[in-house]
Amino acid sequence: MGSDNQPIVTIRDLTKSYRRGTQVIPVLEHISFDIPEGEFLALMGPSGSGKSTLLNLIAGIDKTDCGTIEIGGVDITIMTETELARWRATHVGFIFQFYNLIPVLTAFENVELPLLLTPLSRRERREHVEVALQMVGLADRMDHYPSQLSGGQQQRVAIARAIVTDPTLLVADEPTGDLDRVSAEEILGLMARLNQEFSKTIIMVTHDPHAAEKAHTIRRLEKGVLNAHS
Amino acid sequence: MKIPLSYSFRNLLTRRLVTVLTTSGMALVVFVFATILMLAEGLQKTLVDTGSHDNVIVIRRASTTEVQSGIDRYQASVVETQPEIAIGQNGRKLVAKEMVVIMNLPKKRSEKPSHVTVRGINEQSLLLRPQVKLVEGRMPKPGSSEIIVGDSIAKRFIGCGIGETLHFAMRDWTVVGIFQAENTGFNSEIWGDVDQLMQAFRRPVYSSVTFKLRNYSDFKTLSERIESDPRLTLEAKREIQYYADQSEMMTKFLRILGMSLTIIFSMGAMIGATITMYAAVANRTGEIGTLRALGFRRRNILFAFVAESMLMSIAGGFTGLLCASFMQFLTISTVNWQTFTELAFSFTLTGGIIYKSLFFSVVMGFLGGVFPALRASNMNIVDALRAR
Amino acid sequence: MHILKLILRNALRHKLRTFLTILGITIAILAFGILRTLVNAWYSGVEASSTTRLISRNAISLVFSLPLSYREKIRHIPGVMGVSYAIWFNGTYISEKNFIPNFAVEPKTFLELYPEYLLPEDQKATFLRDRKTAIAGRKVAERFRWKIGDNIILKGTIFPGAWEFVLCGIYDGAEKTADETQLFFHWNYLNERLKKTVARRADQTGVYIVGIDSPDRAAEISEAVDMMFKNSLAETLTETEKAFQMSFVTMTGAIVTVIQLVSFMVIVIIMAVVANTMAMTARERIGEYAIMKTLGFGGWHIAVLIAGESLLITIIGCIIGVVLTFPVAVHFGRTMGTFFPVFSVSTATIVLDLAASFFVGLMAAVFPTWRAVNIRIADGLRRIG
Repeated sequence: MGSDNQPIVTIRDLTKSYRRGTQVIPVLEHISFDIPEGEFLALMGPSGSGKSTLLNLIAGIDKTDCGTIEIGGVDITIMTETELARWRATHVGFIFQFYNLIPVLTAFENVELPLLLTPLSRRERREHVEVALQMVGLADRMDHYPSQLSGGQQQRVAIARAIVTDPTLLVADEPTGDLDRVSAEEILGLMARLNQEFSKTIIMVTHDPHAAEKAHTIRRLEKGVLNAHS
Repeated sequence: MKIPLSYSFRNLLTRRLVTVLTTSGMALVVFVFATILMLAEGLQKTLVDTGSHDNVIVIRRASTTEVQSGIDRYQASVVETQPEIAIGQNGRKLVAKEMVVIMNLPKKRSEKPSHVTVRGINEQSLLLRPQVKLVEGRMPKPGSSEIIVGDSIAKRFIGCGIGETLHFAMRDWTVVGIFQAENTGFNSEIWGDVDQLMQAFRRPVYSSVTFKLRNYSDFKTLSERIESDPRLTLEAKREIQYYADQSEMMTKFLRILGMSLTIIFSMGAMIGATITMYAAVANRTGEIGTLRALGFRRRNILFAFVAESMLMSIAGGFTGLLCASFMQFLTISTVNWQTFTELAFSFTLTGGIIYKSLFFSVVMGFLGGVFPALRASNMNIVDALRAR
Repeated sequence: MHILKLILRNALRHKLRTFLTILGITIAILAFGILRTLVNAWYSGVEASSTTRLISRNAISLVFSLPLSYREKIRHIPGVMGVSYAIWFNGTYISEKNFIPNFAVEPKTFLELYPEYLLPEDQKATFLRDRKTAIAGRKVAERFRWKIGDNIILKGTIFPGAWEFVLCGIYDGAEKTADETQLFFHWNYLNERLKKTVARRADQTGVYIVGIDSPDRAAEISEAVDMMFKNSLAETLTETEKAFQMSFVTMTGAIVTVIQLVSFMVIVIIMAVVANTMAMTARERIGEYAIMKTLGFGGWHIAVLIAGESLLITIIGCIIGVVLTFPVAVHFGRTMGTFFPVFSVSTATIVLDLAASFFVGLMAAVFPTWRAVNIRIADGLRRIG
């Protein structure tokens, strides 16, 4: 754990600003840091501090203004959109605050979605999906639609979807933001297990200190600058 | 098709009312489109089937129809001597000098008189028209005041059943037979002995001379000879061409009207589809962001939304076609403007029409959905996710 | 005033959607207007008929003629003010595509019976005097750019040969409904030539036009004429000009019916489009309606909002559609000019347009309003998040 592992994410000199009409609002300024493999990192900070932006950049769904991001040895800042899409499919797993499940697809089909981007056969996909759902404890609800599941269950499906391709990285943006106490505990416990038992690298953005406690490392973003403390 | 079709399909099902409305709009358009094509096809078929492949009809020059034309006995006999006329099984030339007039008869249903074509024939007339078959009774005896009627006439006009008598041209005429002429214009005609009818109507001239060619290719020589003969003021036409020319005005009108309506309707339907799809895109912005985040490409999103629109339009297309096919049970009767004769024809559904209608619905679905789909696919991932 | 502002702002929330809906309505109103104008054009001959004119023709059909000798006999029937006669000539001008209705008439009596064809006195005098002349309506003269003094040649179809006339007059219709696409020439001119070429066709006419003193006596006088020639070689059928014109319309009655049906289908389509839009819009705003209810707004207010927006959109679409109908009708009239002499948009059509839009606007709002008014506040609020 911690610093003796190789960094899986290497960020150097990362800068990002937003344009609002003629105004340019700087969000991240020359950030550099490493995330070792198997790390469970919580990113905290006041709203508007850019933590979600940082997460989006690492996940490859936003483009930097300048700086580099190396994940698993690959610099994603120089990739084209097409390459990024392909990369994301197998290297990143997303967990959103509002679960972001497709309402017209069953739990099974939602989890299967990322696999549709791979060359796996139907049977192979089925195997992966069942394993993922088993891991989150929802194998018996495969054929339910999101509207038939509770908030906690939906988030678990989302997690299953996030891990089904065995990605390099799991990114979570306020994963417990919309859950009650009990469900939140479940989810956090699940994430912790994924990290401990399966060595998944997790980067979580949260403003809930209780959630942050479950992580190994907490870093704070304030005014675009990163501070460290464990 | 990375994003499964079931995604598009199920999204249509979640908004049932809207989907039904949009699909119905498409169905209506395809219905109108198919019906117009079927009408034009039916009209064409009736008029073209009325003519035989190797028959020629001779009328007075510059008259466009038999009714306007007049051929005196001398000229008619000159035509009869042409060598290209085929000889029938009975050893006689297959040629008929006929007279055509239009008369008013009261209809069964509305009691208002309608125009009916009366044709003076000879024994060869029936042989010249293989599409016409006597289904009841017999042919009129030459020299008698007997007539036969097309079954359209027998059905829709008063006093035209077998054994009944019609009174016109100051004489009584007995109906001795009913003939059926498939889908052709002859169904709406009354036939009788030409000499008797000419006397009764006091028309000393024939309207036309119709005959069968020995060889199909003889037409050119024959028509040139007829038209350059100084004794004659006639022109020859292939029968099929003659009938096609007669329907030209009507076909043109129907086609213009039909196509204008279809264009207008299709714009309406496409607008409906576009509105629906824009709303769908707006409501699913978060989903679109999620799919992109998961690694689906812009292309995949584009296809998924266009597919949604096209599923609606194809469903509408099938529905519209199905309804249009029921039109085949209807018969329309109207009067041909050019000839003033009664025409009854039906809607004809062909494979070509089915194919065109479905293709049309596919195009509508595509055009209706492409712009909203482009908006969906061009979204920025982060903004889309945030909009949730 | 407040509510109107709110309605307007709501409509502008989704500019693209509102624009598309209005576009859909405009197209539909345009189609509806053109179709109705088309149907009206069909009846234009009927509209132009006079109640004091009867048309007498051969009882067998128009294909048969009447002897000239009938003229005097008809003239002496009590109630008859004037008798003229005309033959449908159907000559072709240059090519069959240029369809012009043309007749051989008895000039003096004809013009007396058709006072709505206005001809300057000098042109009239020339027409009456010179047998080789012809007069034409303003529309057809403009179409072929004819000028007084031009030679016009018609190719005869019913009466073969080349027929040459000198155009000496251009008439205008006194009303909008008058047919200005016709050409008239001397019956005598036709008859003289027939006497020399096909004598048996001479001294006949196609129809008699009978002017009567009072419209109430139309049936009576028609019968008198027909009785006079019953059992003769050429029996007559006399009817009012309106009935005569109607017989042409009913010939193609099936097609007119189809067109009328189609025009109603158009209304159904707009209804579907607008209902579609309103359904979507209302569904998205269910949460807002719930909030308004918590604030104390009643079902009525919400109904007014939804119906108001629906009506606003349909009326705007209708107005644009109506405005566009005129130029499109002009264009249509030009391309279909050969088929219809009169192609103008009537006020009745415009009124129908507005009525239809109003109806559609209200109907489209019914279901969404019902849903919005009946939603329980709690359900509605839940829908927002």
